[in-house]
Amino acid sequence: MDSQTKERIQTLIQSSPIFVFMKGTKLMPQCGFSNNVVQILNALGMSFETFDVLSDMEIRQGIKDFSEWPTIPQVYVKGEFMGGSDILIEMYNSGELKEKLEIELAS
Amino acid sequence: MVQSEAVSSAIRRALPDAQVSVEDLTGGGDHLQVTVVSAQFEGLTRIKQHQLVYGALREDLASEAIHALALTTSTPG
Repeated sequence: MDSQTKERIQTLIQSSPIFVFMKGTKLMPQCGFSNNVVQILNALGMSFETFDVLSDMEIRQGIKDFSEWPTIPQVYVKGEFMGGSDILIEMYNSGELKEKLEIELAS
Repeated sequence: MVQSEAVSSAIRRALPDAQVSVEDLTGGGDHLQVTVVSAQFEGLTRIKQHQLVYGALREDLASEAIHALALTTSTPG
């Protein structure tokens, strides 16, 4: 990954307390896994920003290297990688996600 | 496309004690539901647990031979 891509990613994840790299957009997710994450964050009433990796090959590959995570979607909270679809679903179902987001966003 | 059996054995090479179950969600071999139970996950965050499994499947994921992988990890008992 070149340093320009890395800088773009760092700027993106700092641009919103909750930032999601996904396939498609909030209104039109292009993949079921990305859709899961959008639905969960909406259900919790969270506001978040997204980036459509299908629109940019540099970011699409770069974010996988950056997070050391091979799949999309990827959720960042306060600049920290929180996980992908499976982890978000698990945390949502256990109630852990709501709790954690409330704590992170309050601080 | 990869065979479920190949996925299980790749994971067991990385995590020899692992109990692995692979469900092929579409029958096409590229949308998989994988559950891994291993004592090696003890004390690791979920992200680290998943990274261990992804590491074992790095090539198949990079080539998109596996397009979609739903992963659940846990420790035994």
